[in-house]
Amino acid sequence: MGGLDLFSATTPASPEGGWSVLDVTRRARQLVESGFDRIWVRGEITNFKSYRSGHWYFTLRDADAQVRCVMWRSDNERLKTSPEDGTEVFLEARPTLWEEKGEFRLTVRRLIPTAAGGLWQIQLERAKAALARDGLLDPERKRPLPSYPSRIAVVTSLDGAALRDIVSVIGRRWPAVDVWVVPTRVQGETAENEICVALDRANRLENVDVIIVGRGGGSAEDLWAFNSERVARAVAALEVPTISAVGHETDVSLTDLVADARAPTPSAAAETVVPDRAAVAGALDAIARRLGRSLTNQLEVGKERLQRMTDRLTTAALRHVERRERRLERLAAKLEALSPVSVLARGFAVARDESGRVLRRVADFPPDTEFRLSVSDGDVRARTLGGET
Amino acid sequence: MTKQRPSFRKEVERLEAIVRTLEEKDVELDEALELFEEGVRRLKDARALLEESELTVKRVLEAADGTLRTKTLDD
Repeated sequence: MGGLDLFSATTPASPEGGWSVLDVTRRARQLVESGFDRIWVRGEITNFKSYRSGHWYFTLRDADAQVRCVMWRSDNERLKTSPEDGTEVFLEARPTLWEEKGEFRLTVRRLIPTAAGGLWQIQLERAKAALARDGLLDPERKRPLPSYPSRIAVVTSLDGAALRDIVSVIGRRWPAVDVWVVPTRVQGETAENEICVALDRANRLENVDVIIVGRGGGSAEDLWAFNSERVARAVAALEVPTISAVGHETDVSLTDLVADARAPTPSAAAETVVPDRAAVAGALDAIARRLGRSLTNQLEVGKERLQRMTDRLTTAALRHVERRERRLERLAAKLEALSPVSVLARGFAVARDESGRVLRRVADFPPDTEFRLSVSDGDVRARTLGGET
Repeated sequence: MTKQRPSFRKEVERLEAIVRTLEEKDVELDEALELFEEGVRRLKDARALLEESELTVKRVLEAADGTLRTKTLDD
């Protein structure tokens, strides 16, 4: 483009040949556009405004300067969300000048937030792929969390809100535990290394039932250590079930993907990790009721068995008694046949003297002796008339 | 390091086993009574564990020789 040539060739030398304002701004635009290629620039967004037309207008600034920007709808509609004021971004833009306003500005083609985007995003995707290749993201790897932990290791910062939240939730729901904090920095340059060391310590502790690793919410940059492949591998190497709780509801980190369970916040992790005391007290009551009922049933079964035995015993005894009774009857009949009473019934009589002695011979009957004569229905008084007949 | 807390899980698991035996099996009466008494005892222990409200929070430190120890957390 011959902007410079044009400019120098037609510079008005006198008031009469003076340019219109538009002549100036148009030529300035040509100068600006010919002086820059497409560039990448980094800064913070302010005064963001999205017009009804769909075009975006905002200012990009850093500590030292600022510049107006426009991003046409055809370019910004590829983005999922619009940036907020304060967002730090990389812009691919072309410097230009708005002729009508004489305003220098950037026409933005691409916009990438520095936190979620750029190299970090690429690095995260690579790490995820590497973990997946090694099978560390397989759902079968996930272990169930213990129902009633006695000792919980927490890998987090000593002065973060995360630890306070976890301790407060556990204290309310299930205080019968030891909480062992393995302190580590959770953000900044040393965080990645420190978290790995702390995870290794947690792994070496004795009788730990479950591990919570995480931190409270923060900027994407603050949470970044939990997207490190090294930290994710250290989480995957833990020998006891682990729950990852990083940031707020919407943040999903690499450690969330390799841990046995993921909680949206540290408080939620604490809720997941211990049961609720009141609910468990209810469950114990239910067990107590079952215990009582089951014993009653066992006793009932015993009682029934006893009753059956008693019944059989009674039946057997009765049968025995009946048999005896019948036998007794038969014997009685036999006895009856032999009884002197039955002899009397047949017409015989027995004579006895006053003392009851049976008088058997003639000699027992001296004349004029009183004696009793027993016949079938009673006794008769009698007297001998004389001697032998 | 620190003494191990009695395991609530073990108490509850044993309780479940006792109740299941009593519910499902035809056990001798004296065995049933023994199981029942053990159940009552364990229920009492489990409830006592629930009542226990002392949450202990400690920090883990690593000594130069690599051994780990715990220290009470100063609030």
